[in-house]
Amino acid sequence: MLQRTNYLSSRYGVPDGHRIEAYLRDGGYEQAKRALGMPRKTLVDEVKAANLRGRGGAGFPMGVKWGFMPPEPKPGKPHYLVVNADEGEPGTFKDRTLMELDPHSTIEGCIIGAYGIGAHAAYVYVRDELHLSKARLWGAIEEARARGFLGPKPFGIDYTVEVYVHSGAGAYICGEETALLNSLEGKRGEPRMKPPFPAQAGAFGMPTTVNNLESIATLPTILKLGGEAFSKLSALHGMRDGGCRLFGVSGHVKTPGVFECAVGLTLRELVYDLGGGVAGGKLLAVIPGGSSTPILRHDELVDAPDPKAPLHPWHGQSVLDVPMGVDTFRGLGTMLGTCCAIVLSERACPVMAMHNLMRFYRHESCGQCTPCREGSGWLERTLDRIVGGAGTLEDLDRLHEIANNIMGNTICAFGEGTAMPALGFLRKFRREFEDFVRTHGASSPRNLAL
Amino acid sequence: MTFALSPEREQELARIVARYPNKQAACIPVLHLCQEQHGWISDEVTRFVADTLGMPAAQVLGVVTFYSIFNQQPVGRHQVWVCRTLSCALRGAEGLLHQCEKHLGIHAGQTTPDGAITLRTAECLASCGTAPVMQVDRTYHENLTPERAREILDGLRSR
Repeated sequence: MLQRTNYLSSRYGVPDGHRIEAYLRDGGYEQAKRALGMPRKTLVDEVKAANLRGRGGAGFPMGVKWGFMPPEPKPGKPHYLVVNADEGEPGTFKDRTLMELDPHSTIEGCIIGAYGIGAHAAYVYVRDELHLSKARLWGAIEEARARGFLGPKPFGIDYTVEVYVHSGAGAYICGEETALLNSLEGKRGEPRMKPPFPAQAGAFGMPTTVNNLESIATLPTILKLGGEAFSKLSALHGMRDGGCRLFGVSGHVKTPGVFECAVGLTLRELVYDLGGGVAGGKLLAVIPGGSSTPILRHDELVDAPDPKAPLHPWHGQSVLDVPMGVDTFRGLGTMLGTCCAIVLSERACPVMAMHNLMRFYRHESCGQCTPCREGSGWLERTLDRIVGGAGTLEDLDRLHEIANNIMGNTICAFGEGTAMPALGFLRKFRREFEDFVRTHGASSPRNLAL
Repeated sequence: MTFALSPEREQELARIVARYPNKQAACIPVLHLCQEQHGWISDEVTRFVADTLGMPAAQVLGVVTFYSIFNQQPVGRHQVWVCRTLSCALRGAEGLLHQCEKHLGIHAGQTTPDGAITLRTAECLASCGTAPVMQVDRTYHENLTPERAREILDGLRSR
């Protein structure tokens, strides 16, 4: 159901919308002030009631994650809030708009979040390339500090909150929360084994919550509306997938961009109503939420004959008409991910698209686990051969085998993030891959661009 | 030859270190600070960072080699990255990259003989909605056409 909302993006397009004056005009920082006066449990319950599923890709409920933290910091064991703005997932460009166009919602969210988990310091981890985003966040921190909203006594309340921006240095893997923590500590961004989970031993060995930047920036809205009312904005409130969020669409659409809507939007609405329709012919497929989420073909139908299956109400319908939710898309065998879709028209070659993405994963594998380090290289080299016209049908089986050998055999989810989309392409475009191999590439336009 | 930061950057270094509960956490921001001044991370810079933050030089080197932003050799006065990941590729990034290579007379990964421009490819720059994108030093150029890219590159040569 297409329902545009205007909570997170209301200052997009407002002149100087990134400055504190614009934010205060809209009632900015009132919720942070209110939060600091609440009992912590009340705040956490409010966030739990909001049913905000983490906006970074995993879709874990934010309030539940906060609940994993110790109720109060022990002496010598400070808590930390870490905000993930690494935004490296191919196809994803939503957090950047928040940082550039409305950084104060993130800073206010940091105050609320820090209090909610008992932290006094929040680190916003931004990928290095986003220089404007970092400058806007630092600018917002300075403005908030000058007004007495940050520091030892925010709003005159005795609860220190400091917010810092920490720059990455060009590594996709640092979007993985434990790799991010290592990077924050000045180390190589290699993911850590879990357990211990960050809530037990995270940044600097202390209890830590890592939340995506959009999740944090949504906190003022949650408090303004009330947790339950926020959740009910969503058509999937009943599935505990609440509120509104930023949807992105890129690739072969006429009007790519970021759009704020209530949860429950369908891919068809995202592509045709918001994205302006497919550029360059008919729709071939959509990668629903960043490159690690398995691709969906335009002609796929929902197969959920069991009346108890969560997707049963959509049984027999096009996958494009299923509301985009964390659990609904898991039911489709893919993931909602970051909610930023990449659209491929029929003029794009799926073999070339997979090759492009596998090159990305080979480049970004941190190298710590052998199945991923070697497997991503094998995937790319095998696809090099296929794209070069020298592939064989055995190569297609080999790709399956390599992907299956990565799956489940690595420390972090990067392995699945590589193997799942690889298997998705291979299964859903088997005929196209076979034709490509048999004709040495002549069956394909061998192109991605229009 | 030992490496030293300018007095203003020394002050910035102190501000950076103060943000974290230990010195090592400042490693990446301090490497950025050094690279801003020196252009790349030489052995002297690595030693400087190690000494300043009380880390083994090998550990600093491990960090430098892990992250793609840190240059392990000198680069041109300007650095240009062309994003080539899927969303940009669907909107003409390959053509854009070839255009840049042809116009500069170098391949991606190389520096022009006059030392003005280092051309590189980038993986997803989070600008998918405004693809294709090219990053020039600290600035994004979005919705690029080959003509506009040529103009930008020509403008860099004289700076």
